[in-house]
Amino acid sequence: MEMVNITIDGQKVQVPAGITVLEAARMAGIKIPTLCYLKEINKIGACRVCLVEIERARGLQASCVYPVMEGTVVRTNTPAIREARKAVVELILSNHPMECLTCERNTKCELQALAKQLGITDIRFKGENTEFPKDTSSPSIVRNPDKCILCRRCVSVCNQIQGVGVLGTTDRGFESIVAPAFHHQLSEVDCVYCGQCVNVCPVGALTEKDDTQLVWDAINDPEKHVVVQTAPAVRAALGEEFGYQVGTSVTRQMVAALRRLGFDKVFDTDFTADLTILEEGNELLERVKNGGKLPLITSCSPGWVKFCEHNYPEFLDNLSTAKSPQQMFGALAKTYYAKKCGVDPAKIFSVSIMPCTAKKFERQRPELRDSGFADVDAVLTTRELAKMIKVAGMDFAALPEEQYDDPMGISTGAGLIFGATGGVMEAALRTVYEVVTGKTLKDLDFVGVRGLEGVKEASVDLPPLGTVKVAVAHGLGNARKLLDKVKAGEAEYQFIEVMACPGGCVGGGGQPLVGGPERMELEEDYRALRAKAIYEEDKGMPLRKSHENPAVQALYEEFLVKPLGEKSHHLLHTHYTPRVKNQALAAWREKNK
Amino acid sequence: MSCQCKCGSGREEDKFAFIDRIIEQYKNQKGSMIPILHQVQQVLGYLPEEVQAYIAEKMGVPLSEVYGIVSFYALFSTQPKGKHRVSVCLGTACYVRGSGKILEELQKELGIKVGETTKDGLFTLEACRCLGACGLAPVLTVDEHVHGRLTTKDVAEIINKYKDVQ
Repeated sequence: MEMVNITIDGQKVQVPAGITVLEAARMAGIKIPTLCYLKEINKIGACRVCLVEIERARGLQASCVYPVMEGTVVRTNTPAIREARKAVVELILSNHPMECLTCERNTKCELQALAKQLGITDIRFKGENTEFPKDTSSPSIVRNPDKCILCRRCVSVCNQIQGVGVLGTTDRGFESIVAPAFHHQLSEVDCVYCGQCVNVCPVGALTEKDDTQLVWDAINDPEKHVVVQTAPAVRAALGEEFGYQVGTSVTRQMVAALRRLGFDKVFDTDFTADLTILEEGNELLERVKNGGKLPLITSCSPGWVKFCEHNYPEFLDNLSTAKSPQQMFGALAKTYYAKKCGVDPAKIFSVSIMPCTAKKFERQRPELRDSGFADVDAVLTTRELAKMIKVAGMDFAALPEEQYDDPMGISTGAGLIFGATGGVMEAALRTVYEVVTGKTLKDLDFVGVRGLEGVKEASVDLPPLGTVKVAVAHGLGNARKLLDKVKAGEAEYQFIEVMACPGGCVGGGGQPLVGGPERMELEEDYRALRAKAIYEEDKGMPLRKSHENPAVQALYEEFLVKPLGEKSHHLLHTHYTPRVKNQALAAWREKNK
Repeated sequence: MSCQCKCGSGREEDKFAFIDRIIEQYKNQKGSMIPILHQVQQVLGYLPEEVQAYIAEKMGVPLSEVYGIVSFYALFSTQPKGKHRVSVCLGTACYVRGSGKILEELQKELGIKVGETTKDGLFTLEACRCLGACGLAPVLTVDEHVHGRLTTKDVAEIINKYKDVQ
């Protein structure tokens, strides 16, 4: 790597050529404040908070876009810089609604933190506060343009990382806001509700739809029997909300917290993740043996499913018909569990805790009511659960470690690793290998499908079936690349895993926020750290293969009979609907056929 | 530039073939979105949603990006324009000589606000910045014709003239 010598605040340092002054300063241990900058996502010099002095350059420069060169001399802390940064933030605040106390982002707002950091005690400018309508049209995400500071992080993530591109900057001047084209609402465009925009928003302009009151009401209703399921990735991130380091798993304390919140039964989505593997694994084998539609593509990620419906309708028959673990759980809670425990299914209120905002949408899909009721009644994100725990006044760190309830709380390591990219694939391979070859798998770790590379490929020998080629994509931009290759006939696979969010569910849109400054301070990617926690927990589990889950085995014996059987078909499988990308163009085409 | 297409009729190939040709001209050229939108607007008179969506699809960019450009530049319009575009200069010289009052009078006369089009589709009213004809202040243009040294009394006469030549 070519290195250059530069001077920052009098320190002489050697840094790689081509990096920005901001990155170089970070390497030298100097923290330049930022706002619109987001590591690997947004680097556009829009907000001007990261201004520095560069010798021989005119005026102050935005360090996030200024490349270092041999001999560059930088000053990051002079009266002129401090005054300029302060003025920049005061201008941003001049038309910002001052509702910090009641804002969803209170104490977690990067703008708020920055104002404090820069010592802003008074705002010298008074801007015009334009009021825009709030977008509450979607079941997942709320847009409040009044709070938007036009940093464009959400636009970058939506466009460049997810390849969805529904958010853009519209109009200009005081009228300018970030919105879908033609100021449509999110529910009217091809937004997939992945929530990555919420994760990167530094302020309260983008938030999840808060469903906590719905859950409090159910818990407080003596008539209701409230069951809760927790997705694999939640336990690997919830601790961050209570001061734990990124990558700390808090499974057992979370169970205790849920019980103390008043849930009647605390179950685990991992249980139905195991079940998904049995249904989906058998679906794969059946398609391979009987010449069914291949590649089989996973359908656990509701953001991915909606993306596929909008953008790749030609692949809808490739999607596994197996419902997601959340929905399988919902369908079974009001049938199998209700019967087993003698509870009236009409009185069961089924809650799921998800790392995901799209799960709120999935819950409402009209085709997912096979139990005769809404299979799932409320979906909370990891953040919303943390909020409830805080409201309840619990000291999370002091909670004892408790176990999940039987029978839907029993799971294996295979179900757990669903939370990281490649996890569903690995879990499926663990089971499919043993089912097909009849041999016991010695090394359970399929490391080829782990990690944060955008698209991962692997081949697995499954005698007598032959070699199975698989691929894993996470982040919808990567999914697009992979599917385009398959479409063009440039690659052939039998099985593909797609997760909408970068890193898989550990990086989900409902997970604790890792904002700009924190993200820069982490040595490893926060998603990798959370995934590591999951893989370590998997390693320590007595059972690590879905087909060895005794509760799943009992479920088949007592209720479902066999994978892909009649009951499974009715309760655990579903179908998908093609959706248009743009309503106006579709309507026009329809009219002019 | 008035609307020459017969909006709402014809097959997709017919309606959008010209867009394909325009895009083809700029194939593989960076920064071609603005000239493409400009040329398409010259033909259609405006850029409705289905047209922007079609261009986005063809160019492989999100519609939000196309709309971002269209909504940023005053030159682009998402609404159909009238047969005649009446544009009042609000530049400094015209303004101090009363072009604000001319604009008010026009709004009354036409029964529309700035940026709107009359119901009969004849006139679109706009405000613009300096046309470089300060010597004639206050100035307005109708299509490519300049009318200068105006008083509010001239407004009705000018409008009627364009109604007659319809």
